[in-house]
Amino acid sequence: MKNKTIFLDHGSGGLAGQELISGLFLKYLGNPVLSVLEDSAVIETGVGRLAFTTDSFVVDPVFFPGGDIGSLAVHGTINDLAMRGARPLCLSLGMILEEGLSLADLELIVISIKESTEKAGVPIVTGDTKVVPRGNGDKVFINTSGIGTVSDRVSISASEARPGDIILLSGTIADHGVTILTRRAGISIKGDLKSDTIALHRFVQTLVEALPGAIHTLRDPTRGGMATALSEIAKTAEVGMEIEESGIPIRPEVEAACELLGLDPLYLASEGKCLAFVAPDRSRQALDIMRSQPEGKDAAIIGMVTKGPAGRVVLKTAVGGERLVGPLSGEPLPRIC
Amino acid sequence: MKHLHEFRDKGLASSLATELEQLVDGPVRFMEVCGTHTMAIFRHGLRSILPEDLHLISGPGCPVCVTSAGYIDAFIKVALIPRVTIATFGDMVRVPGTSGSLAHARSRGARVEVVYSPMDALDLADQHPEDLVVFPAIGFEATVPGVAATILEARRRKRKNFAVFSAHKVMPPALDALMSNQGLQIQGLLCPGHVSTIIGAKAYKPLAERYSLSCVIAGFEPIDILQALILLARQAGESRAEVGNAYPRAVSWEGNVRAQGLISKVFEPVDAEWRGMGIIPGSGLALRPEFSEFNALERLDIKIPKTPEPKGCRCGEILVGQCLPPDCPLFGKGCTPLEPVGPCMVSTEGTCAAYYRYGR
Amino acid sequence: MCLAIPMRVIEIKGSADDMSAPQIAIVDTGGIQKEIRLDVVNRRPNIGDYVLVHAGFAIYALDEEEAEINLRLLREVAEGK
Repeated sequence: MKNKTIFLDHGSGGLAGQELISGLFLKYLGNPVLSVLEDSAVIETGVGRLAFTTDSFVVDPVFFPGGDIGSLAVHGTINDLAMRGARPLCLSLGMILEEGLSLADLELIVISIKESTEKAGVPIVTGDTKVVPRGNGDKVFINTSGIGTVSDRVSISASEARPGDIILLSGTIADHGVTILTRRAGISIKGDLKSDTIALHRFVQTLVEALPGAIHTLRDPTRGGMATALSEIAKTAEVGMEIEESGIPIRPEVEAACELLGLDPLYLASEGKCLAFVAPDRSRQALDIMRSQPEGKDAAIIGMVTKGPAGRVVLKTAVGGERLVGPLSGEPLPRIC
Repeated sequence: MKHLHEFRDKGLASSLATELEQLVDGPVRFMEVCGTHTMAIFRHGLRSILPEDLHLISGPGCPVCVTSAGYIDAFIKVALIPRVTIATFGDMVRVPGTSGSLAHARSRGARVEVVYSPMDALDLADQHPEDLVVFPAIGFEATVPGVAATILEARRRKRKNFAVFSAHKVMPPALDALMSNQGLQIQGLLCPGHVSTIIGAKAYKPLAERYSLSCVIAGFEPIDILQALILLARQAGESRAEVGNAYPRAVSWEGNVRAQGLISKVFEPVDAEWRGMGIIPGSGLALRPEFSEFNALERLDIKIPKTPEPKGCRCGEILVGQCLPPDCPLFGKGCTPLEPVGPCMVSTEGTCAAYYRYGR
Repeated sequence: MCLAIPMRVIEIKGSADDMSAPQIAIVDTGGIQKEIRLDVVNRRPNIGDYVLVHAGFAIYALDEEEAEINLRLLREVAEGK
């Protein structure tokens, strides 16, 4: 690695972050479980399998339309468990607070955490709090870890994706990413832009139970967006993919904001959606099941898995052309060119 | 979105692509001189529906790519001055100078804010009167009028802590310099739509006449680009070389006269260095002396260092259409979007970045 | 260097007669609204007109008649094929 310090790009979910993980963390800490880099680790206990995951949240602004750092932290970790087909059991909550943070704000965050955990039926069972001097933290950082159980019949991971699989998306993309980016960059756009943060475990449970063995891969397209998620799966599973641009659900407000700011919605985060790779003979059913639930009302079939070349994701554009889709390289920024 | 989606219609695109296929009956080379065209073509996957014999090469219309490394180094130097905040377009944040980018400077403690509009930079100055807010002004004629208006507004507000660091360039002298290079064999130019909105279709007449070059102005939607290519192909087939306007809803013969007036009120032409092309007389814009209080170069006594091209980097040749990204020895090896050597790779509309991200 | 999108004018602040007052319009497209400046636009737009928005400024008031003619011609040709 040529760089000598950490840059914001390392945290954007793109190539820089991937290099940091493989070049530093896996170099020293790699092991068969960690190195597959799935949303959650699935561990054999001798009396069944557990899924275990951790995620940290540093979002700025802390409060945004559609949610806040608290609800994001609860939903994000629950969803990471759900993406392996696990039933979430409980969460831990670690908070790093910056000196000077208003107690009123902290209380709002804690209430939000309470509401999201109660709604999801997944309790916080252990926690920790630390305070850092003013200037050494950005208001509040949260870490949540989660444990879930994985049924013996379930085997959901990136490597299970195979040629012929139909790729479904549970709803509109980029809602969270656009909302945060416009708020943070101080770009004042009025309109119904809000985060889609929501817990997906029940949504996933319904799908997996109705179609046992037919759901091969699940992934929530968070940092790095849908494009990065698809690229990573294609690379891990050593398959190709074909995606139909006109099939990708996107809200008009989100699309308009992206056009205005020169952002590509394929690279912006969703926090309440998932990609599902489904056996072709069950894909229609999967779509119907998704659409029958509120979290999946805008679900759509967006493409399919091909034999290859491995790692190659081809987008068939709305106007009839073709282009390749790769992982995010740098933090998305508004542009004028 | 009206006036946008209609120009992405698949059926119309297919019909235009068929017509283009029929018009192109031998190899023909056109240059697109606007980075936004490069990106639009790649984004919509247009290359896959263009005839094989139609070769599109990318020209120097990426204002970030043609900004010399010396300017980037100067921006970074300013960013590191205490009590100075750089408020910049997002496009500039990751562009490398000789040793790092504004993003690197930020990691070393520099205050770098991303703004969508030069007016946002002025508003930032209003909100932080104790800091000097410097706006690195890059871009061609589509962007310059807004910066000019911002400077006039700054004067109206009597802002003492706002300055513009002009790296603006104008297109016509560069196009002339490009065409006077006999090595460049092109039959036509796809002209930048929004630059033309300001300067008008008439701006290309001298070029068309002097070099017998077809110049067709194009918008940025797939239908706009295909229509313009059809006009270029027709001209090539009939051995005509004229100015054509395939973007009449946004470009007139005279252009936006009011905006032209604002540009000349606030800026004056100066010689400027274009990466890969050397110094082109009258191709840059500097603030007029009466606006020196808003001129960052004067207020901070900045000198732009002379910087050599990074070793092995062929950005210069790529920018003038003399080679393609895969011809550069660094492409995809020492030079990637993650670790770019030259701006063609890191700029969002750089030719190399587009090739790397979108593939062939 | 040319990223600009068409947006519809829904409100204009500042008077045409008082050029010293900030010239601002509210424009919308796809359900979002933005405040933009009218300092550089070629002609003062009417409510309902479309302008090209680049870096927070309206740089041109679109000629909708030209747009209509263009699309109509294209559709005729496409249907004729």
